[in-house]
Amino acid sequence: MSALLEIRDLSVTAAHGGPTVVRGVSYTVNRNEILCVVGESGSGKSVTAHAIMGLLPADQLNVTQGRILYGDRDLVGLPAADWYGLRGKCFGMVFQEPMTALNPIMRVGRQVDEVLERHTDLSAAARKQRVLDLFGQVLLPDPQAMYDAYPFQLSGGQRQRVVIAMALALEPDVLIADEPTTALDVTTQAQILGLIKDIQRRMGIGVIFITHDFGVVADIADRIVVMRKGEVVEAGLADDILNRPQHPYTRQLIAAVPHKPEGKDAAAAAAPLMVVEKLCKTFATGGRRVDALRDISLEIRQGETLGLVGESGSGKSTLGRALIGLIPPDRGSVRMEGRELVGMKPRDFRPYRRQIQMVFQDPYASLNPRHRVIEAVAQGPIAFGESRKTALREARELLELVGLGGDAGDRYPHQFSGGQRQRIGIARALALKPRLLVADEAVSALDVSIQAQVLDLLKTVSGQFDLSVLFITHDLRVAAQICDRIAVMRQGQLVELDRAATIFYHPQHEYTRRLIESVPGKSWNKPDLEAQDDPSRSKQYA
Amino acid sequence: MKKIAKFLANRVVKSVLVLLMIALFNFFLVRAAPGDPAEILAGQSGAVDAEFIAKLRQEFGLDKPISTQLGQYLKNVATFDLGYSYRQQAPVASLILQHLPATLLLTLSAFAFALLAGVSLGTQAALRVGKWGDTVITTLSMLAYATPLFWVGLMLVLLFSVNLEWLPAFGYESVGANLTGLARVADVARHLLLPALTLGMFYMAVYARLTRASILEISQLDFVKTARAKGLSERTVIVRHVLRNALLPVITYAGIQAGGLIGGSLLVETVFAWPGIGRLAFDALIQRDYSVLLGVFFMASLIVVVVNLITDILYTVADPRIELK
Amino acid sequence: MKAFMQSFCRNKGGIMGLIVLALVTLMAVTASWIFPDSPWDIINGPFMPPLSEGAMLGTDTLGRDIATGIAYGSRITLVLAAVSTAVSILLGITVGALAGFYGGRVDQAIVGFIELFQTIPSFFLAVVLVAILTPNMGTVIFAIAVVSWPPLARLVRAEFMSLKNREFVQAAMLAGQSNLRIILTQILPNSLSPVIVSGSLMIASSILLESALSFLGLGDPNAMTWGYIIGASRSVLRDAWWMSVFPGVAILLTVLSLNLIGEALNDALNPKLARRRTT
Repeated sequence: MSALLEIRDLSVTAAHGGPTVVRGVSYTVNRNEILCVVGESGSGKSVTAHAIMGLLPADQLNVTQGRILYGDRDLVGLPAADWYGLRGKCFGMVFQEPMTALNPIMRVGRQVDEVLERHTDLSAAARKQRVLDLFGQVLLPDPQAMYDAYPFQLSGGQRQRVVIAMALALEPDVLIADEPTTALDVTTQAQILGLIKDIQRRMGIGVIFITHDFGVVADIADRIVVMRKGEVVEAGLADDILNRPQHPYTRQLIAAVPHKPEGKDAAAAAAPLMVVEKLCKTFATGGRRVDALRDISLEIRQGETLGLVGESGSGKSTLGRALIGLIPPDRGSVRMEGRELVGMKPRDFRPYRRQIQMVFQDPYASLNPRHRVIEAVAQGPIAFGESRKTALREARELLELVGLGGDAGDRYPHQFSGGQRQRIGIARALALKPRLLVADEAVSALDVSIQAQVLDLLKTVSGQFDLSVLFITHDLRVAAQICDRIAVMRQGQLVELDRAATIFYHPQHEYTRRLIESVPGKSWNKPDLEAQDDPSRSKQYA
Repeated sequence: MKKIAKFLANRVVKSVLVLLMIALFNFFLVRAAPGDPAEILAGQSGAVDAEFIAKLRQEFGLDKPISTQLGQYLKNVATFDLGYSYRQQAPVASLILQHLPATLLLTLSAFAFALLAGVSLGTQAALRVGKWGDTVITTLSMLAYATPLFWVGLMLVLLFSVNLEWLPAFGYESVGANLTGLARVADVARHLLLPALTLGMFYMAVYARLTRASILEISQLDFVKTARAKGLSERTVIVRHVLRNALLPVITYAGIQAGGLIGGSLLVETVFAWPGIGRLAFDALIQRDYSVLLGVFFMASLIVVVVNLITDILYTVADPRIELK
Repeated sequence: MKAFMQSFCRNKGGIMGLIVLALVTLMAVTASWIFPDSPWDIINGPFMPPLSEGAMLGTDTLGRDIATGIAYGSRITLVLAAVSTAVSILLGITVGALAGFYGGRVDQAIVGFIELFQTIPSFFLAVVLVAILTPNMGTVIFAIAVVSWPPLARLVRAEFMSLKNREFVQAAMLAGQSNLRIILTQILPNSLSPVIVSGSLMIASSILLESALSFLGLGDPNAMTWGYIIGASRSVLRDAWWMSVFPGVAILLTVLSLNLIGEALNDALNPKLARRRTT
């Protein structure tokens, strides 16, 4: 396997004396292989990829050192005119966001046609035929209709397929895929991953696949490069890195990857805290009706962590918000402590308001940027009549509990990292001493290592305060980490509800099976690193 | 297709409602003002005889209850009867129609100039962002944007008519020249130049700034990166991908500015004695001929409503997302 | 706060604008000391060119000093602009906040109302209002305010609509805070940046509007504003160019400085953090 592309000692610095974002990075990409570049945010993996294609915004980032060798050419400092011949023809790139990757007012077929028009002498008819062929290869339904469609008429998965077709139109040597499946549903992600793997095998191209998800890496990588804070930390064959990681950071990353559920004994069923019966909600916006919730019935038991898993459009978020009182349901019943909460007058609902609290998804939008953090935590108790002095004191204690002691409370949100803000969010939710905590994708926006810490915190806190937690997520692996039972939703309906281990290993419903199938990295048994270091701490897996 | 028709029908209904509101506004304003409505409508300078005022009072039913007055008034407006000007001894509607073509000529020329010059300058500035070309264009835009319309007119007259004597200072065409055909067109054009320039300059600055901002914003979006990754030439990327998307908001905004252009014509026509409805309004103002003033106000609003409708149609055509959203 | 000051000071245009505005304000405040005579006083012969005795910038058709007129005019201009903008802002915030927060029918009604205003040619409306209600300080302020509030209301409405769905507002609702408290303490402080930027630009446009009204003779008859002087100069353009040039320059500089300040505020308050970091 000959080296197709070699990056040698590359450094990229931010303009105007900014920080060095990529430092002395070296790795190679061979023909006919998938190289996965893994790292968390800020690792420089994406900047490096942009540098390979010469797509760094010149007023913000510059290559200050190093070479990128393609064949016998150095791509660093290549004049603009030379790039036109290389891009599209020898290099293809797929970006992360399918929603914004295509020109919104140009037909999709035409956008792929552009690549052919630019680099080949084919006639218009021949080009169209080729585009239709490509659409067939990327498994787009009804290529003829697709050709004339606009991007807004396509789903995220379909758009991504179009982008892939565009990138592969001229059968380039190298395909650079920058987190291409991160914004997609898990089932769509599985399809796209399969597609990329298949095309790579057939065309024998070299693929640079950038991701933060080790599950994906386990599924498709031939070789792996691990990056952290702009540097390459470890590189090697997939099997070696995944199962016998050497560098402490790699080990830390792999340890943080959500693992499969442990075979806990079925706990004695506790009393139900909240009983939901036949809950319904339909949204009607401008003539379109969406049945977000269709006859949902379940119960949340005292002290348990119930996972609510589903893809986009499943209604899981709507259910969370309905239970918490932010969205009034159309029909159905929600009972807590014997009282019916649906249709209750706001004044009667008020005491129940404090019993059910929420931790939100976006750490950057969930705190008022103009209030000090301690104000945010204390605002609930104060609104419910607590004296300001007591509320502030308790708020400080809570912040201490979630690991932000000292004078952290006097600072403003922008002074904290994403993970820290989620901790503040948890402290805020706990301030009213609720009995049910709804965590709506609470860790989805966090890096994997931070994710693990916040999940640990949730676990500790729910045990300590005997809290019930409704854990809403699209990621089954994360749910498996901390949930006792898991409910699977699809298009507004509850499809299956059972113990976590049962859902994972013996799924009953066909959709649940499909979900489990699509989970990336399921065939990879994560090495028990703690056991490797200390055999007495080996965990039992079902 | 049906969706577009429904959308437009909706717009037309809204437009009619707007005109109704304006008519009502005119009606109530006159009655809310200090003084006798009949005198206000007749003109306050006392050069009007009591008989005419009595006749006016009767015709407008000013001694009848408000609801009857309102009914009569709305009926009048619907049949385009906007009252009568004692001063000029003619129905307001016909006065307006007489002066309308001149205003349309002026505003359309100004608009064309503003749009073409503004978009070109804005594009050039965006392509040279950060360099001195950009700074020059942006500074000139800022200056044009901050200058009062009427003062620009006066300064241009001062420079080109008084000092250099290249262009005429006022009017539509040379008085008493009786030119025909091409010579007449050229004469009108000479007279049109300064007023159109004056009216257009402010909006040129507005469109330049808007175009520049829009291009810079669109250039940051992912799909532009995708276009580059395909190996398209920079020129193709800019023209085919960036510009087409960037000009959409400019179109909408241009339509919204129609109201400003009409208002500006009041000032510009006054400065240049251009015989349009703006000038008509100003004369009416001086002579306190409020029937005419209100009539012109109504007409101006009508023009704006029509322009907004046209803009909506154009936008629907330009942006495929609107039709099917 | 500190980051804001630093960012603002880095903007050269903003600093220049601030300096010019400060000078104009200074002129307004000290007018009666530097120019002890009233602008209506006749101090010399008519049509005296600039740099004549006692008239640095010349005299007008009746022999009144232009420089004094400009100095006193600055007072009225600044006061009028500030007051009418303040009224506009108050109106705009109230209307926009109600529409954005409550949504539904309230919002639809308000939006219809705003659209109505924006369809009417605003300058025409101002002219009609002042003309029929008879020109004086009060009606001018009223007319300018009436014409200027819709864009601000639109802006505030958009901000409220987007902030209302932000998670920290939902958290406040869950914490049990009342609607009024949420509007005043959670949403409003976070929506002020565009209002501040608009405020500066609105003062600028109300100066332009006021001077245009005065030019047409619709200003307060007792106020010698810059627009009035230019209006009076129309018929004698050939003979007394200084009557139209200098007041116009004064308007230009003041409006320009406010625009520059507005732009600098915008850059300082809305850093381009919309760019996604490519790492």
